[in-house]
Amino acid sequence: MISLEKITKTYNKGQVLAVKDISFTVERGELFGLIGPDGAGKTTLFRILTTLLLADSGRAVVNGFDVVKDFEKIRESVGYMPGRFSLYQDLTIEENLQFFATVFGTTIKENYHLIKDIYQQIEPFKDRRAGKLSGGMKQKLALSCALIHKPAVLFLDEPTTGVDVVSRKEFWEMLGRLKAEGITILVSTPYMDEAKLCDRIALIQKGNILSIDTPEGIVGQFPGVLYGVTAEDTHRLLREVRAYPGTKSCFAFGDALHVTFVSGGEGELLAWLKGKGLGDAKVERIEPGIEDVFIHLLKD
Amino acid sequence: MKELLIFIRKEFLHVFRDRKTLLMLFGLPIAQIVLFGFALSNEIKNSRIAVVDYSKDAVTQRMIEKIGNSPYFNIQRTLASADDIHSAFKKGNLKVAVIFPASFGDDLMHTGKATMQVIADASDPNQATTITNYLNQIVADFNGELAAGGGQPMQIVPSMTMMYNPELRGAPNFVPGVMALVLMLVCTMMTSVAIVREKELGTMEILLVSPFKPVYIIISKLAPNLLISVVNLCIILLLSDWFLDLRVKGSLLLLVTGSVLFILTCLSIGLLLSINAKTQQAAMMGSMMGMMLPTMLLTGFLFPIENMPLALQVLSNIVPSRWYFIIIKRVMLKGLGIGAVWQEMLILTGMCVLLFTISLKKFKIRLQ
Amino acid sequence: METVIQTEKLTKRFGAFIACNELSFTVSKGEIFGFLGANGAGKTTAMRMLCGLLVPSSGKASVAGFDVYTQTEKIKRSIGYMSQKFSLYDDLAVAENIRFYGGIYGMSRQDIRAKTTELLKELGLESEAKTLVRELPLGWKQKLAFSVSIVHDPEIVFLDEPTGGVDPVTRRQFWDLIYAAADKGVTVFVTTHYMDEAEYCNRVSIMVDGVIAALDSPANLKQQFAGASMEDVFYELARKAKRKGD
Repeated sequence: MISLEKITKTYNKGQVLAVKDISFTVERGELFGLIGPDGAGKTTLFRILTTLLLADSGRAVVNGFDVVKDFEKIRESVGYMPGRFSLYQDLTIEENLQFFATVFGTTIKENYHLIKDIYQQIEPFKDRRAGKLSGGMKQKLALSCALIHKPAVLFLDEPTTGVDVVSRKEFWEMLGRLKAEGITILVSTPYMDEAKLCDRIALIQKGNILSIDTPEGIVGQFPGVLYGVTAEDTHRLLREVRAYPGTKSCFAFGDALHVTFVSGGEGELLAWLKGKGLGDAKVERIEPGIEDVFIHLLKD
Repeated sequence: MKELLIFIRKEFLHVFRDRKTLLMLFGLPIAQIVLFGFALSNEIKNSRIAVVDYSKDAVTQRMIEKIGNSPYFNIQRTLASADDIHSAFKKGNLKVAVIFPASFGDDLMHTGKATMQVIADASDPNQATTITNYLNQIVADFNGELAAGGGQPMQIVPSMTMMYNPELRGAPNFVPGVMALVLMLVCTMMTSVAIVREKELGTMEILLVSPFKPVYIIISKLAPNLLISVVNLCIILLLSDWFLDLRVKGSLLLLVTGSVLFILTCLSIGLLLSINAKTQQAAMMGSMMGMMLPTMLLTGFLFPIENMPLALQVLSNIVPSRWYFIIIKRVMLKGLGIGAVWQEMLILTGMCVLLFTISLKKFKIRLQ
Repeated sequence: METVIQTEKLTKRFGAFIACNELSFTVSKGEIFGFLGANGAGKTTAMRMLCGLLVPSSGKASVAGFDVYTQTEKIKRSIGYMSQKFSLYDDLAVAENIRFYGGIYGMSRQDIRAKTTELLKELGLESEAKTLVRELPLGWKQKLAFSVSIVHDPEIVFLDEPTGGVDPVTRRQFWDLIYAAADKGVTVFVTTHYMDEAEYCNRVSIMVDGVIAALDSPANLKQQFAGASMEDVFYELARKAKRKGD
């Protein structure tokens, strides 16, 4: 459904590298996540795929159409939600939706069933101006406008950034339901925890793809065994575990430290920590998460 | 105190690192001094003057010679009859005419006084006043010469006729100028800002990734401004009529057609400006610096174009308002018809078509 | 322990809308205090009142011993502030930014010079002293911004979502800087959307609909709300919220 082949893009006459030699495919009906921090190149890729930017080199095909030669056909058949809220602030919710429905040659009624789940949540406010909506509501409106013409492919560029935790959760539930309708979805996010909700993900950093696989597959890439270390005084624990000679890597993950060993193991670490006054420390083997893998890949 | 200095230092750094603004801050005053100091002046030299001598005596010959030698006048030898003069005035090719009646020489000999008829184009009352003052000065000089020659006292008395604007009101000159300026500003600024606003807000992205044809975006941005400008035009005309007693002497249809042409030209300039501007602020600045200044200086209502250095005269040819100004003055003030303004209308049409073609071609259908 | 922030029924009204409703809490010296809440809950308004940027409608509050009604200038001198939206001047160099902020807070030239060297070394930016900030990668910018916000050794530093969009490694390096500051006795008042970062705080308060719905250490909160993580706790409290930033 979507395929990229060695896409490279620079800005400022070659001075700034945005993405380099990016290649991957997204199957029909897949929910594919592009995971990476700001500046990784996610928005650049989205803009190339939605034909808003021309790549320096490489090929890309969306829904069977080439992004350069047949860009008009792509523009007629995809739904796009850009990185920041870009609907008309001084039009109401309903007016915005109507406008986009008309632009795509359809009406709200025609595809209402598709956006019903999402739109119903904001419909009570349909006469409110878009500029006065909360982050979560704006997001729902933008999604509705992108879906109203029943696109074959949906491009969502960081749809959950800056939105509160509750709305974020709801949003991903909506995406799951859309996937069930057979729409191919390419979504980007800097939040690693959202990654596990996708069918497959690509980890991207500084214009390069670090890895592409299913979430489980990515997690499986973690080399060695991962341990979670906890103690009452997390701050001191961090210092001491880093100082421990057998520690290979040690990163804070909320109330636990994720640790790998180069030598020694659970028992030895516990003894060491006890000697440092952290007798309440606990060490247990844990399953790595996507963020663990990301950090590991970043270090290389 | 120290904090203040630190802050000021920071502000200086900001300013000096912004090349574009710097160019404007220093470039503009320099450009203005050069322009106002050297190029633009209120002095009117080489005004085209026609002289009709029905008397053909020694005095008139001397008078004509004096006028010819003056740097302020440029005698048009080809205009010899009253009809020629009238059509020349209508076309605006003549600023002033001097007619010596057949009885001039005799009157001077026998009565010591002779009347010299002066007809001036007063559609620009300031110009007309200046020019007739020059003439008055020449006549006064000559009168002094005549008196010094001894013999009986002889005096030439100029009789002034101010055409098109006998009361020498300022309105007939500045209203057309203001019309051109207002329409130009509104059209270029509003159009360019409207398009750039979509870019800035990000809604342009979504519009582009849709079946919506880019040319429709353009038309929808131009349409409201076209309508507003026409309404503005009507308001200005009505206000001129009610408050300034300035009526449209010629065909209203012709005036409106010419105005619509001008408006369309300005809209296409606005479109062109929007293509390279990244922010609304840049679009506004571009409209002001890029269009307002040349319009004010090179249209011809504040400073006569004929007196500018050749370079500026040539430059003024590409300023659309210059041609529109001529059209308005001829149709509105002098009541002339299509025959007098068809060339200017053609030029405007040409500009309009050219600018639209360029801007449509360059309109970005992608983000870069 | 010394109290550096104290509020008593702190309230802010905008017309009929009550943004902050009778907030009462204290923050101790050297604490890392997490100030959480959904969008529209009233976090930003509360922070602004504590920074001396907004006058409360009613209630009492003191920051670094100064009253928020009458001694806002003294408050501003005793605190540091960093927000995600703005912190450093993009078109000034690294060293110029440090010099500017140091000067703003009244530091002497020697102190600024010494601090600049120290800062650059700590962050590994010695070779970038003359680089314009806009050329720095985002992660470096954030870390530099934090260091600059405490260049004048304030008692308290307010951080408004400092790690948004930054890669996971840099995020943790950022928190190392926060820890280092807290160790030196700086009180850190931080808001964040990352729930794992809430765990790094000594205590966390969660605002919902203008009131503080919970305030305790992460461990206690998890116990109280029977959540496995701070995310669960937050979700539990936030989903009942009536105000979703409308």
